[in-house]
Amino acid sequence: MEWLTHPWPWYVAGPLIGLMVPLLLLLGNRRFGISSSLRHLCAAMGSRLPFFRYNWRAEGWNLAFVLGIVLGGFVAGVWLANPQPVALNPQTQAALEGLGLSPDSGLLPKELFSWAAVLRPEGFLFLLIGGFLIGFGARWAAGCTSGHAITGLSALQRPSLVATLGFFLGGLVSAHGLLPWLLAWLR
Amino acid sequence: MAFPIPDEFKAETEAKAQPIPLGAYLPYLLAGTFFGFVAIRSEIASWYRIYEMFRFESFHMYGVIGSAVLTGALSLLLLRRLGLRSTDGEPLAVRPAEPGRYRYLLGGLVFGLGWGLVGACPGPIYALLGSGHAGALVILLGALLGTYAYGLVQRRLPH
Repeated sequence: MEWLTHPWPWYVAGPLIGLMVPLLLLLGNRRFGISSSLRHLCAAMGSRLPFFRYNWRAEGWNLAFVLGIVLGGFVAGVWLANPQPVALNPQTQAALEGLGLSPDSGLLPKELFSWAAVLRPEGFLFLLIGGFLIGFGARWAAGCTSGHAITGLSALQRPSLVATLGFFLGGLVSAHGLLPWLLAWLR
Repeated sequence: MAFPIPDEFKAETEAKAQPIPLGAYLPYLLAGTFFGFVAIRSEIASWYRIYEMFRFESFHMYGVIGSAVLTGALSLLLLRRLGLRSTDGEPLAVRPAEPGRYRYLLGGLVFGLGWGLVGACPGPIYALLGSGHAGALVILLGALLGTYAYGLVQRRLPH
């Protein structure tokens, strides 16, 4: 049963993720996409803005789906947790040490994601700003990595290709420009 | 003067709530559980893997995304060949993206800036939340605030 706790290679994980596209179509002709759930949550919390006034209950499947992701995260991350750190490229490890981040604290660097990090105002703000950009950008682009980079590209939709390029360019700017600068401020 | 922005969800016209039996949600809950499990096991929910990808120092993420798209595309081709239809008679197909000239690139860039910082897109945020990572809660809070802020300024943005 080791395969349940050991990391899965890309050629196992990728096809399984790709199968979410036909699976959701077969279950109810739904488009695989996760960031819409953020909009449904805002709508469900009773926002009066026009953008949030639609029948979100009709999109309840999406909320059930993300609740499932939380459960799956519990099963894989707590119940069947992998005790080993992520096997990173040594070059990446060296770069992490240069940034002042430990390269071996499980799935996420503890300097950014642990309770101790989150309870510092700077650490809290760092994650909040990152999340804000993700939520804002996903709705502006009408989708995130699942809706555009997986589903839209699978369906050969041009807008999704443009959005995916945007995701990647923005990520490069952050990883190489903003991140070192923000981490220096965090320390 | 507000102009209409094409939207995937119909505005609420009348409060005609049709009760949906809870059991109807179960297949989606299970599908999500499976996805969340894969997101953790494949380490696509790892900040480290995203950072490594943006440094071009590992093939892992490219392999995951590439083979996912290939599998998705082949499955869509197969569904079309089989001519399968949903219970209400519609062909099974991915709904087309909304028309837009600027929104995909500009929105995509903003999303990418966040993705490169906190190393988690929405799926992994939920999976990490289930794994008990404190940081995921703050990212989710930020993402909800960002979604709400978009709703506030939507009509002033180019689309």
